[in-house]
Amino acid sequence: MAGNPFERETLNLLLFDWLRIDTLAELPAHQGQDVADWTAVLNLADRVSKEALAPAWRASDRTEPELRDGVVRVEPGTRAAVRTWLDAGLHLAAVPEDEGGLSLPFTVAAATMAMSMASHIAAASFPMLSVANSRVIRTFGTAAQIAAFAAPQQAGTALGTMCLSEPNVGSSLGDVATRAVPDGHDDLGPRYRLRGTKMWISAGGQDITEQIVHLVLAKAEGPDGRVISGSGGLSLFAVPSVLPDGRVNDVAVTGLNHKMGWRGTPNCVMAFGEKTGAQGWLIGTEGQGLPIMFQMMNEARIGVGIGAAALAWRGYLTSRSYARERVQGRALDARDAPDPVPLTRHPDVRRMLLAQKAIAEGSLAICLYAARLVDLSGAGDEEAETLLGLLTPIVKSWPSEMGLVANHMAIQIHGGYGYTRDFEVEQIYRDNRLNPIHEGTTGIQGIDLLGRKMLFDRTGGLDLLLRRISETADNAPDDLAGCVTALRAARKALEEGVAAAHDMNDPAAALANATQMLSAAGHVVAGWLLLDLASTERAGEGQKLACRYFSQFELPQVRAWLAPVVAKSDLTATLNEDAL
Amino acid sequence: MKVLVPVKRVIDYNVKVRVKSDGSGVDLANVKMSMNPFDEIAVEEAIRLKEAGTADEVIAVSIGVKQAQETLRTALAMGADRAILVVAADDVHQDIEPLAVAKILAKVVEEEGAGLVLAGKQAIDNDMNATGQMLSALLGWSQATFASDLKIEGEHAVVTREVDGGLQTIKVKMPAIVTVDLRLNEPRYASLPNIMKAKKKPLDEKTAADYGIDVSPRLEVVKTSEPETRQAGEIVPDVDTLVAKLKEKGII
Ligand SMILES: Cc1cc2nc3c(=O)[nH]c(=O)nc-3n(C[C@H](O)[C@H](O)[C@H](O)COP(=O)(O)OP(=O)(O)OC[C@H]3O[C@@H](n4cnc5c(N)ncnc54)[C@H](O)[C@@H]3O)c2cc1C
Repeated sequence: MAGNPFERETLNLLLFDWLRIDTLAELPAHQGQDVADWTAVLNLADRVSKEALAPAWRASDRTEPELRDGVVRVEPGTRAAVRTWLDAGLHLAAVPEDEGGLSLPFTVAAATMAMSMASHIAAASFPMLSVANSRVIRTFGTAAQIAAFAAPQQAGTALGTMCLSEPNVGSSLGDVATRAVPDGHDDLGPRYRLRGTKMWISAGGQDITEQIVHLVLAKAEGPDGRVISGSGGLSLFAVPSVLPDGRVNDVAVTGLNHKMGWRGTPNCVMAFGEKTGAQGWLIGTEGQGLPIMFQMMNEARIGVGIGAAALAWRGYLTSRSYARERVQGRALDARDAPDPVPLTRHPDVRRMLLAQKAIAEGSLAICLYAARLVDLSGAGDEEAETLLGLLTPIVKSWPSEMGLVANHMAIQIHGGYGYTRDFEVEQIYRDNRLNPIHEGTTGIQGIDLLGRKMLFDRTGGLDLLLRRISETADNAPDDLAGCVTALRAARKALEEGVAAAHDMNDPAAALANATQMLSAAGHVVAGWLLLDLASTERAGEGQKLACRYFSQFELPQVRAWLAPVVAKSDLTATLNEDAL
Repeated sequence: MKVLVPVKRVIDYNVKVRVKSDGSGVDLANVKMSMNPFDEIAVEEAIRLKEAGTADEVIAVSIGVKQAQETLRTALAMGADRAILVVAADDVHQDIEPLAVAKILAKVVEEEGAGLVLAGKQAIDNDMNATGQMLSALLGWSQATFASDLKIEGEHAVVTREVDGGLQTIKVKMPAIVTVDLRLNEPRYASLPNIMKAKKKPLDEKTAADYGIDVSPRLEVVKTSEPETRQAGEIVPDVDTLVAKLKEKGII
């Protein structure tokens, strides 16, 4: 049963009516562009997603990638879909014009991603990684490096990867063990020989493009053969699978990880330099590895949020059509009726549909709002940059965590059928399960939010957020008064929670409860944007319903999540590990 | 040789069509519109003729509301060289009838000195299947309809047509009107870079009055109604129940 992976009308409402992205045409970067151009681009992404990506999604789950003769074979339909996506040039959307792209707003590119990921998240991952990779090279590489490593990716003849994680190093990259030994200097800059094992590398091997450009995080050895410990010792290297002289580099895929979902993207164990050492060229300067990666983080994390939002959306639409067709039982107030009623007649099923709608549209709203902040901060808007910094961990994790809650309900609405592989919802759930893990786990995002973005913040991000929330509450229409009250209460709870964390005067102790703060803050932000969206003139009855649902059923949780924070609980900080 | 390709803006084939409550037609307000899929095939074929050196210039023409500009931009992004928009209606619900369209096209063909018109065999909104034929009569040109293959050989066009029960190959004298069928080719996507480049290609705007053509309707739509809705399905536990149900309904 193939359902509609997404609904353009909702996306258009968010982009054009709520976020008013038409105003982005006034920014210098997008001079000469208009809404008609962006609509044409969105139409292109819409078609490519539905016609090329969506049909390959199921097959990519059943036919896992294979490693044969050292080459990773991607499921053929997915390979063709990625090719079509690249040929359509969608990866060039947000690349600046003077760097070979089209200078479209990042918000538009994010919306094209939402449609692609709703249709086939594993296929969309290839170009997404490549976009991030070539952006690093364009931003920090030399002209020669850009020509050698970024240009082929933009031309669609190469794809890129991000090789950070290792078997023993995931959340804590400072402990990376891959080593880089200086090996002279050429046109492409300082050259090194790399040796080490990388783990979890998405698209580390594939048969879509001849060339693969790996961006590898490694530690450069000093003249004494030693490396600097911790993250200060990390450097970033471009390691092509095929060397400039046409020889094959010393990079090998030694195994594939067999994943729960998202199977269309091969996930590889990679050996760098098993023979002579993999040749790589330094990007930026030695020791700059992590700061470079951090610069790319905001957009990569919005990308994860969008994928999670897209899958929540698809699960919602899929279970909604199912609930409308499936008849079962009698209405609570008409138990003797002769015929069974559609599932949508049962309040509990309605609850699950509304919850999904609020999560899906709330997640999309958060991600697209953040994407717009990227565009505004790129144009020098300091407030936008501040708010984006604060929101980034939420943009990454709220859709990831709540998207799974939504997918859980999509399965539940299907009853037993949802537990079988004949229906799409189980794959949606499995695909989505990755999102709280990669690009920094939820736990790591919590520490980022409560630590860097709240306790140690000097940008005033939280005050700005609280101000924006009040503005939305002040301007909401009268028929949403109940939502306003709930939002103000949640906002107050958040303020009190942060005050309590500050009040501990012990960041380490406070950070023990960071994920509680992340959950609470995510809900406040979602409640805020759902109200803002529902206040838009063209918003429909559905948006108002979702906002009312969220205010009545979800926002009260904010206080519950914050209870241990407000109580300054040291339970998890001080317990005896042996008793676990 | 100049190739003229008429393209129509129609309701997107993915959109669930809703009939207006008064039955006067289909609701098109705030609905996604796209290029008629058969016209896309015609544009693709014209571009291929140009790529093969058979055609020198591909001109896309659309007749309808101002918003048909978007449709023409798509044709330009696919590879047409320039476009002509003939504004003939203000209301998106006004469908210009085939005869009026054919008359305007005849004028454009003469003005441009085109040697071939490649059109869709029909528009998916009204399914008229008439414009190409009418245009051929007005111009006194040869016509070859339902093309699934097209070759230009000197003064002739060799066209394979999809007819009931098989394929028919005919040879017609140029200049000609060829209307295209689904299997002629698989149209390319207008790529993102080409969408942005198409902005710089010329798009002339005219009106029906410029050509002295009266577009007022001659036909009257008596009624439009929705097809019968599909009945909800039922999942049966086993084959026996299925057979029983089918028997019950008199199907087997
Ligand atoms: C399908 C898939 C694709 C991936 N693609 C890539 C890729 O392309 N490139 C790449 O480089 N990596 C990739 N990764 C790796 C991914 O980024 C890591 O899995 C992730 O960062 C977590 O690291 P880990 O698996 O080593 O878990 P660990 O770091 O061991 O974490 C395990 C658990 O402990 C918690 N934890 C760890 N440290 C702390 C701490 N300091 N405070 C609180 N809690 C902590 C975590 O939150 C987590 O719950 C991918 C992973 C998967 C599964």
